Amino acid sequence: MPDSLSADDVRHVARLARLDVTDEEVELFAGQLAAVLDHASDIEALDTHEVPPTAHPLPLVNVLREDEVTPGVERDEVLAMAPAAEEGRFRVPRILGEAP
Amino acid sequence: MSEREASGAGALDGARYEIVVGLEVHCELRTRTKLFCGCPNSFGDEPNTNICPVCLGLPGSLPVLNRQAVEYAMRIGEALHCQVRPSIFHRKNYFYPDMPKDYQVSQYDEPINVEGWLELPAGKRIGITRAHMEEDTGKSTHMGGAGRIGDATHSLVDYNRAGVPLVEIVSEPDIRSADEARAYVSELRAILVATGASDGKMEEGSLRVDANVSVRPAHSATFGTRCEIKNMNSLRSLGRAIDYEAARQVDVLQAGGRVVQETRHWNEDEGRTSSMRSKEEAYDYRYFPEPDLVPLVPDEAWRESARCALPPMPGERRRALAEAAGTDPASVALLVELDLDGLVVEAVAAGADARIALNRAANEVAADLEGARRLSPASFAKVVSMEAAAKLTATQAKQVLAALLAGESDDPEAIAARRGFEAMDTTALEIVIDEVIAANPEPWERFKGGDPKVAGLFVGQVMKRTKGKADGKAVTSILRERAGGG
Ligand SMILES: [Zn+2]
Repeated sequence: MPDSLSADDVRHVARLARLDVTDEEVELFAGQLAAVLDHASDIEALDTHEVPPTAHPLPLVNVLREDEVTPGVERDEVLAMAPAAEEGRFRVPRILGEAP
Repeated sequence: MSEREASGAGALDGARYEIVVGLEVHCELRTRTKLFCGCPNSFGDEPNTNICPVCLGLPGSLPVLNRQAVEYAMRIGEALHCQVRPSIFHRKNYFYPDMPKDYQVSQYDEPINVEGWLELPAGKRIGITRAHMEEDTGKSTHMGGAGRIGDATHSLVDYNRAGVPLVEIVSEPDIRSADEARAYVSELRAILVATGASDGKMEEGSLRVDANVSVRPAHSATFGTRCEIKNMNSLRSLGRAIDYEAARQVDVLQAGGRVVQETRHWNEDEGRTSSMRSKEEAYDYRYFPEPDLVPLVPDEAWRESARCALPPMPGERRRALAEAAGTDPASVALLVELDLDGLVVEAVAAGADARIALNRAANEVAADLEGARRLSPASFAKVVSMEAAAKLTATQAKQVLAALLAGESDDPEAIAARRGFEAMDTTALEIVIDEVIAANPEPWERFKGGDPKVAGLFVGQVMKRTKGKADGKAVTSILRERAGGG
């Protein structure tokens, strides 16, 4: 596993999360992220062959609710929190491509 | 690279190339509420009136899985012969205005249903890779620029649909033509409607189809590079889009080019697909397990109850009808699709002639589906039996059936009596036939000589003199007898 992470890796991850990072931050995070990855890679020293992946830290399954309508929120209240609204809808800037 | 002319679509060199298609069908589930919150799941409401902190992704809100959505997903899995398994949910991260949370909750590497199959009416089995649960996205409307995304000035977003439960059904690349793709979607739609999970409305977007299309030289063992086609909202546009896209790819290959893997958008008006975005930076959704949801582990009792909730599927109904009527399943697909199979099966069980029952159901009854709802199998069986026993001519039987469908009465005998439809007794019919023979000596010689063209003349004359009361088959058989043919 990596004991260092390239600046490009950090920029790529930052871009995926839409984070604006400075060159100084790239350098700082490269070191920090590499330390996190190194820590995780310690696990690789163990034989986890027989251990099922952990899906959730709590030993719970099947948390379900009945299919019944519950009150939502007032549209005007929510739209008032949005940067812009029009015709009862959220107004967003021009979208540059179809949805992925 | 020049794009193929829209008018040339469908001109695939079928002898040299083979189409390979896999389909992804998104099916909105008919639950009362959304997948993870109690907001109504309802089409066509005022924008943003069915929203809450959970489906808006507001901080501090927690999703809780809808039991009925799981029930429907399991029914779909059972109906498609899948393994129904323990599953977990993941976050699929992407930034787009239709997802307020900036991720979509979906099932990734541990889906609820895997490895099933669907049988087309013609008998071919199409593999089902998986059928997993996920949430739907919101709906954006592009303002200015005639509603086209590229020319719009801004967009407006309605989150009523965000969080509506979906099951995405992914097929194996087993489909080999546009016709087969249409047959698959049409069969899948019938199955989804039968499970109760879907209303099957493609035009309202509750059933949406994406197609992975590639071509390869005939007899090739490997697949070509595929393109994913989106935005087809009817079976017809699905077929057109596949034919267009396959022909476009063949053009590219024949010009010595390479097909580029990409997502393409079907334009119904222009009849062509176009590239939606370049895959320069492949999408990296950074899937990770949704920490706010726990695993879903349906026990055997729940799965058994989902199986028991299923009515007979279309394939089973085709086989039952075919068996009852002594024909092959593919030929009765339409009757099952129109929900008329029960009528025929019951009529045949009540002793009606199967061939006549199939015929009348596929023609007269199918032409009046509204009326078919009040047609009882008993009176249908009765009118078919009257026709089979020659108590009614075919023409008379159709009229009695029309009266039954129109709700005039539910008693075929009363309807027939009211119209004066009574079987002509054979002696009376023979007298009329002898009169007609006597009046047409020259054609009669030709008939005896085996000229089939004059048969119609004799039957027509007899019908005219009996005002249509004579049974055509009886007339023909008496004519043959008189001609000495036996
Ligand atoms: Zn909600």
